[in-house]
This record gives sequence, structure tokens and C-alpha cells, in this order.
Amino acid sequence: MAVTKADLAESLFENLGFNKRESKEFVNAFFDTISESLAEGEQVKISGLGNFELRDKGERPGRNPKTGEEIPISARRVVTFKAGRKLRARVEANSG
Amino acid sequence: MTKSDLIQELTQRQTHMTQRDVELAVSLVQQRIVSELANGGRVEIRGFGSFSVNHRPARRGRNPKTGAAVEIPDKYVPHFKPGKALAERVDCD
Repeated sequence: MAVTKADLAESLFENLGFNKRESKEFVNAFFDTISESLAEGEQVKISGLGNFELRDKGERPGRNPKTGEEIPISARRVVTFKAGRKLRARVEANSG
Repeated sequence: MTKSDLIQELTQRQTHMTQRDVELAVSLVQQRIVSELANGGRVEIRGFGSFSVNHRPARRGRNPKTGAAVEIPDKYVPHFKPGKALAERVDCD
């Protein structure tokens, strides 16, 4: 089972002694604050985790996979995540 | 925005929490995400996105300097897929 916001809130409640409402509010505020910064066009760097970056992609040709019809994919801004060195190392260490 | 900017911002928003509380909470959230991925698991934050681990199969690469073939073993890499709400918020101008 994947870790969800409820699990993160539970961790705060258990380990830091925040009450349940505070824990839930904090977890929401954490992801909202990161989202807002990205929505304003500013990247977010969380050392130990990684960087949330923004990339502007130009229009490119695409296809409806069901019908095969060609439709252009419009220019857009997307979020990319570059995992930090510590996170990459921990994930890789587990693969052996 | 850096981690310390994030801590500042959260301290201002969560008025009932001290900066120290916020620092501990940020670090705990971060630890939970990292350790879940280190165990090969997933983290799903509705609207924000999901963190998962992708497998990279072993392949034969080349040392770009010498041209010698080298075996690169398989490995696991962290991956983030932005959620629909985040993707839409970031894209609208």
C-alpha cells in the first residue's frame, strides 16, 4: 500500500505529538506551499529529497492512440522532479 | 524556493506551530517519503503527484573516453509523476 497524506499525518501525530487536526493541516500546507511556488513559476529545492523543476515544452505532433488521428500536442509547462543524490543512493542501495 | 524558504512559509501559515515544530515536521515528512522509496514502495499525494521507483534493466554501455564496452548492472531510480491538479495549475498562464 502506498503512503498517503493520511499516513504522513499519522507519523506527525505519533512522533511529534501534534494533534490529529494539526497533523492533517500541516501535511496539506506542506504540499500546497510547494504547489503554489511551482504555480508561480518558481522551482522548489528540498535538500535530501530533490528539486521540483519547471520545463516549458514546445508544441509537438501527437496522435490519438485509439483512432490514430493526428492531433498536435500544445505547448505546455510541466513539472519535473530531479531526485537528490541522497535519495538516489538510498533507492539504488536497496536494489541489490 | 529552498527548504528553508518552505520552513519560513509554513511557520507563517501554521501560526500555532513554532519554527522548530515546522522544521521537525518537514524533516519527518521528507524521511517518510525517502524511506518508503528506499523500500521500493510508493507515495501517493492526491492532486500533487506520486513518487515511485522505476527499474532500469542492465545494459551494455561504453566508456566514452576509451570506447571500451562496460556492463552496467540493473538499478532502481526514484520517479515523480505530477498529479492532475498540479499539472493544471502549473500549465495555466
